[in-house]
Amino acid sequence: MEIAVLTKGVPDFREGQVSFDEDGHLERGKTPTVMNPNDKFALRAALQTKVRHGGNVTLCSMGPPGYENILEEGMRDVYADDLVLVSDREFAAADTWATAITLTTALEHMDKEPDVVFAGFKTADGETGHTGPQTCWGLDRPVLTHVISLDIEPENDVVRAKRLVEGDVDEIETVEAPLPCFVVTDPEFEPTYRRAEHRLELKDLREQTKRRAENYDDHLTMWNHEELNLDPDFVGLDGSPTIVSSVDPIPKAPSEREATMVTPDDEEGMEQVLEEMTPFAGGD
Amino acid sequence: MTDRERYEAVVVGAGPGGAAAAARLADHGVETLVLERGVDAGAKNVSGGLIYAEQSAPYTVDDLFPGFREEASERPITDYKMDNIAGNRVKTYDLTPLHENDTLWCDSVLRRKMDSWMAERVHEKCRESGGGLLTDVRVNGLLREDGEIVGVTCDELDDIEADVVIAADGVNSELAREAGLMDWDDPEEWFQGVKAVVDVPDGFVQETFGVDEDEGVARLFSGDLFQDARGGGFMYTNQDTLSIGTVFHLDSIVEERAESHELLNALLTHPHLSNWLPDEYDEIEYSAKLVPDSKKVALKEPHRDRLLLVGDAAGQMQAQGPIIKGMNHAVTAGALAADAYVTARGRSGETAGQRYATLLDREGVMDKLRPKSYDWTSGISEHPATANVMETVAKSPVGRAVLRTGAAESLVERAFNSPRLLSMLPDIKPAYVTVPSLIGAEQGAPVSGESTVEPPTLEERIGDLSYNTDIGNPHIEVRDNSWAASGTAVTACPVSAEDFGGGCYRSETVGTNGSEERVVSLDTQPCVECGTCAVVADTEWEHPRGGKGVEYEQG
Repeated sequence: MEIAVLTKGVPDFREGQVSFDEDGHLERGKTPTVMNPNDKFALRAALQTKVRHGGNVTLCSMGPPGYENILEEGMRDVYADDLVLVSDREFAAADTWATAITLTTALEHMDKEPDVVFAGFKTADGETGHTGPQTCWGLDRPVLTHVISLDIEPENDVVRAKRLVEGDVDEIETVEAPLPCFVVTDPEFEPTYRRAEHRLELKDLREQTKRRAENYDDHLTMWNHEELNLDPDFVGLDGSPTIVSSVDPIPKAPSEREATMVTPDDEEGMEQVLEEMTPFAGGD
Repeated sequence: MTDRERYEAVVVGAGPGGAAAAARLADHGVETLVLERGVDAGAKNVSGGLIYAEQSAPYTVDDLFPGFREEASERPITDYKMDNIAGNRVKTYDLTPLHENDTLWCDSVLRRKMDSWMAERVHEKCRESGGGLLTDVRVNGLLREDGEIVGVTCDELDDIEADVVIAADGVNSELAREAGLMDWDDPEEWFQGVKAVVDVPDGFVQETFGVDEDEGVARLFSGDLFQDARGGGFMYTNQDTLSIGTVFHLDSIVEERAESHELLNALLTHPHLSNWLPDEYDEIEYSAKLVPDSKKVALKEPHRDRLLLVGDAAGQMQAQGPIIKGMNHAVTAGALAADAYVTARGRSGETAGQRYATLLDREGVMDKLRPKSYDWTSGISEHPATANVMETVAKSPVGRAVLRTGAAESLVERAFNSPRLLSMLPDIKPAYVTVPSLIGAEQGAPVSGESTVEPPTLEERIGDLSYNTDIGNPHIEVRDNSWAASGTAVTACPVSAEDFGGGCYRSETVGTNGSEERVVSLDTQPCVECGTCAVVADTEWEHPRGGKGVEYEQG
């Protein structure tokens, strides 16, 4: 089974990594770029597919040459057989539409067109959630979103998935789609391995991918707009219909609360505290 | 649905017994799957820990795992002493002759390092024969067809069929119990050990114990420092840590209502120990374990259908006074179980289980575990009247005078060095407490030095352990929470204590219908999975699911 996973590099928003200037603007130079955290779920779904049915996992991204490291991270931390980086100045400043066009072309350009394409749910920086479904539209495939568990029956060309439908009450929907298809994993996605042989295979593959990641560039392919036969007018900034009119900083939430300090030895003070807390003791 | 998975052999547990069985099976080309419930082999395991290689054993751990001593163990133990303590008087006997009897070598070990090292090799070997080793998988029962055992069931995996199931799932073997081969009823059949691993500076062991890099010391402690509890203490030198612990008959802990951690503290804070502890006492891990008393529970026929039991699961733990050997027997038994399966497979007549029992007997393992001399003498020597007579004679002016003579000194020392006499050693108070403390009092010299050790509180000890709690899914349930049925757990559980609210078992008083009743409540979060409460309280006891529960770093 041919499997492709889409990913993107994003600023590492974890505490201690991310850096903002005084006006609250992200300092790109000071903030490391990492693999979009949600894409790891997509990779895990791809790995589960490979473990159960065999095949090849290609991890693909569009971005500057430095994104090699993002692909290497995915290969090391989760799994990948091959890496594809779609990289060209002409692709720069693309919106989700131009990105989807580029990725669609890349996926179609692969030696064997993937049976399943996986993507994560939203990127940590853009938060649009557009790129996956738009790429899927470009490929003209059925899309399964918010997938939390997955079973594929290759012999019947069927994908069965559970999807988390959030609402007042979360619901889990079981859906079926024909292969080939496009799967967007939910951050709640959990791979399942109920057979020992699968867990043993998983253990082998995890070892192999770590070793492969040490020489990841042996497994890396780079494509520019010429190799993909893409017209620069339809990709990158020129191919992006999105117009960003302005950016409004989100006001900071008030972080200070009214607080009175009471030392435990201060009996009178403590009594007052207890008095104030009494109404809450009943859970009201 | 999908077809059921099937392996030629399934080994449950990746301790020394399971590792030896799996390695040997793989060497025979048997497709072997090893299932370990810890996040890593060794994460659930505790031992004192000295591992022996016996001259008389058909298999030793380094036969099966070349490089074991260089890479997986801590220090060769070259010096073996026993301290008989009475108050602050101590008489030391050299037990090195006993220690060297039938011994090729003996190393101190820490189980996380040792077991995980072996597991890596086991996985590689088993992978070659079509299986492998998986962690984080708890085998929760036996798969049966028409009442016959044909495989295992797991929490994390679908049912697995096998031609042979080797259960090396430890002292609290759920499989041995399910097969009806073991029960957890009688405290007299068990010991409970607790241990502190103490960090010491680089070079401290060499300096303090006067040994080289490739030498080490074991010391045993007995006498009156544990009140009347039957058992003793030990201290083993590791590379750059010390393993210090205490082991007592569980029935004695129950009777005395002793707090296990306090017995350990009594040893740690004894002035005699200050000779070997650094000024800054730094305890890096507190652990506990039940130990089967092979004299009473080692199974002569440790098998049923396709199931073979190995190691602690089969009660294969030899503890006769200062002889404490478990892991070596588990290794031997594991390898023999594998050989038995390979010999018996495809033949009619003798089953693998029967063959295994025969091999255990023929290779002398059973006689070490259940010495005939003990079977013959224990009826008399453990009779309460004998204990009274011994106690009276030993304590009498005559007994004391005899112990004071020079002849007695060498005689008693020689007696302690006699494996044959020790195999008959009765499990009664005079043997553990009265005689050693009289020796200490009559022959001993006062120790100098004062202890500066402040052991961590139980709360701190629990706080230092790592747990992956299976929230909302406790692995133990109290069936009867009345004080009469389960109250003993409050003191006997090594992570519980009277007046301590942060342990597993707590004492509570509830008011019902105008009267007050004392009951116990249970919170399994701090559980170290030793199994004590399974024996002393009325519980529904299971292991946590794969990868859950306590995780030892040292072990």
